[in-house]
Amino acid sequence: MEFIFYFGDVFTPINFGLLLIGTIGGLILGATPGLSPTMAVALLIPFTFQLEAAQGLILLGAAYTSTVAGGAVSAILLKIPGAPANIATTLDGHTMARNGEGAKALQLSFLASAVGGVFGVLLLIFLTPVLAKWALAFGPSHLFWLAILGVTVIGSLDSKSVVKGLLSGCIGLWLATIGFDDIMGAQRFIFHPALGGGINIIAALIGLFAIPQVITMFAKGRIASGAEVISVEKHSVVDAMKEIMRNKRAMSIGTITGSIIGLIPGVGGQIAGLVAYDQSKKFSPHRDKFGTGHPEGVIAAESANNAMVGPSLVPLLTLSIPGSPTAAVLLGGLLIHGIFPGTDLFDNHPDVAWTFINSMLIGQILMCIFGLYVAGFAAKVARVPQSIMAAVVMGLAVFGSYSVQSSMGDVYVMASLGVMMYFLERFGFSAAPLVLGLILGPIAEANFIQGSMIANATDGMTPYFLGGPLNIFLIAVVIASILYSAYMELRNRRYTSKEEIMA
Amino acid sequence: MSDLSMPRLQHILASGAVAAVGVWITYISYTQQPSEAFLFPRLIATIFVVLAIWTFVKACLGWTKVGTGITLRQFTSLLPGLIVALVYIFWAAKGLGFYTATAIAFFILLSLYDPNSHSEVRSWVKRVIITACFMVVMYLLFATLLKVYTPREIFF
Repeated sequence: MEFIFYFGDVFTPINFGLLLIGTIGGLILGATPGLSPTMAVALLIPFTFQLEAAQGLILLGAAYTSTVAGGAVSAILLKIPGAPANIATTLDGHTMARNGEGAKALQLSFLASAVGGVFGVLLLIFLTPVLAKWALAFGPSHLFWLAILGVTVIGSLDSKSVVKGLLSGCIGLWLATIGFDDIMGAQRFIFHPALGGGINIIAALIGLFAIPQVITMFAKGRIASGAEVISVEKHSVVDAMKEIMRNKRAMSIGTITGSIIGLIPGVGGQIAGLVAYDQSKKFSPHRDKFGTGHPEGVIAAESANNAMVGPSLVPLLTLSIPGSPTAAVLLGGLLIHGIFPGTDLFDNHPDVAWTFINSMLIGQILMCIFGLYVAGFAAKVARVPQSIMAAVVMGLAVFGSYSVQSSMGDVYVMASLGVMMYFLERFGFSAAPLVLGLILGPIAEANFIQGSMIANATDGMTPYFLGGPLNIFLIAVVIASILYSAYMELRNRRYTSKEEIMA
Repeated sequence: MSDLSMPRLQHILASGAVAAVGVWITYISYTQQPSEAFLFPRLIATIFVVLAIWTFVKACLGWTKVGTGITLRQFTSLLPGLIVALVYIFWAAKGLGFYTATAIAFFILLSLYDPNSHSEVRSWVKRVIITACFMVVMYLLFATLLKVYTPREIFF
């Protein structure tokens, strides 16, 4: 119950002001097609430099929460999911809007998001300290395997190809070794003065998440947004609340499914929304109504994608393993403020950790309140043409990456990685494992070196890194995640081939 | 060359480039001194090169199932924007001054991809106004609020 002591910190004028800015800004950014939550949070990081750690995290956390929920606005009114997490929402949400129930669909989505989101953050509050205490038992070899686990889990689960996912993770780990090594001070892979200080995480995050989006918009050519916003009629919020109460089953399925999926590193909101929608349909007596503008579909999908936000931070705050790409960007935000999540976060920085977590709880409620009122305006923002969005994101990416260290080298790194990532993505490589490799690389290397020194002074490398129940457990999880993903990939391929033959 | 063979060739080129990087970093990791500093990179590079060669062989055999590649239409659409963006980032931002270069690049990108007519004065005025508004916001955010000192160079 330690979190209660830090609740007051959320309500200081500056903290609450930042929470409001992050929430409203996140709703608008989320409603804008082409701006994913990950990219929005990455672009916001440079604005947190001048803030204290807790303040910066409040802004980033609020933006994370609201962009996921804000994505429902464009999903419902434009049939364009604001983020992958809102794909399932379009199925019934847009049909409801077409049937003249746009306001009702928006109200249901924000209310369901708030219920799911609050449950998810409560899970974060109660699970995190327990796991953090458990994580205290970790030594260098365990931390090394944990870092490798973070990269392999997200590499194998987030990518459509296990090999390409793991290869992306390796590229990230290699990029993390560029610069001077910490022990000998030797130069490694420095081919340009811009790489002398290594690759700056924030510049890399901006490049890897923002620039491919910009180039994707370029690749579409001269197209109008083309989306017609459906006008929203008046609808009582009280009636929407009653509707939520009538659909407890969809709400519960969405919330529980989203929370469980959030806890699994590497599985994002897109999967949470689609799985919850599918499960809700299976358990519903009105399954034939799904897809025809049925409220249960909107409630299940939206409660799930917000319920996964809190739990996706549990592995991040306890074990330094981000549960989603956006959580990986938040990890970058923590590291630039000198805060290393994991074993000692709640002992050394309880004020930062609890203020951040509490702000996410309040943020869910604010998101719901503002969402109900900002939705109409956010829908108008969603009509901003892609040409303006591309130019704005490009400008923000350049200024943001320059402002990290006032260095043109960071801008060059940002642009080079961004262009490289665009082309890699076209060939099935994924940005999330690459980012994880880049972030967890220094942690893996430091613990590997420290562990090898201990190993050389004791039993040797093999028993130290491969022996002991915790090491064996972590290695087993690494192997299991890779094998499971390989199995799923093969199964999906066979299923697709069968469908092609049937067609 | 048929439409079907293009993605395969693209996959071979892309995975070949990744494999070449893998071989190169593995070579450096095993040959550079002091060897202690390259202990961890060696570990990574070994796995990297194995996975990269595997991917390359799969691409050569036509077994690659993931990734759509780039169509000629997408490439010709993105190329002008990419060139403007790269000239802006790698030369103009430092050479002309951050704000001047950003304003020019923003305006060109906006004009290149704006679906509105290029023969109407009204749409050009609109683009100028949007560029001016964006620059004002960027100046207020970065120069005034965040106190970021950007290269001024020839202009501003």
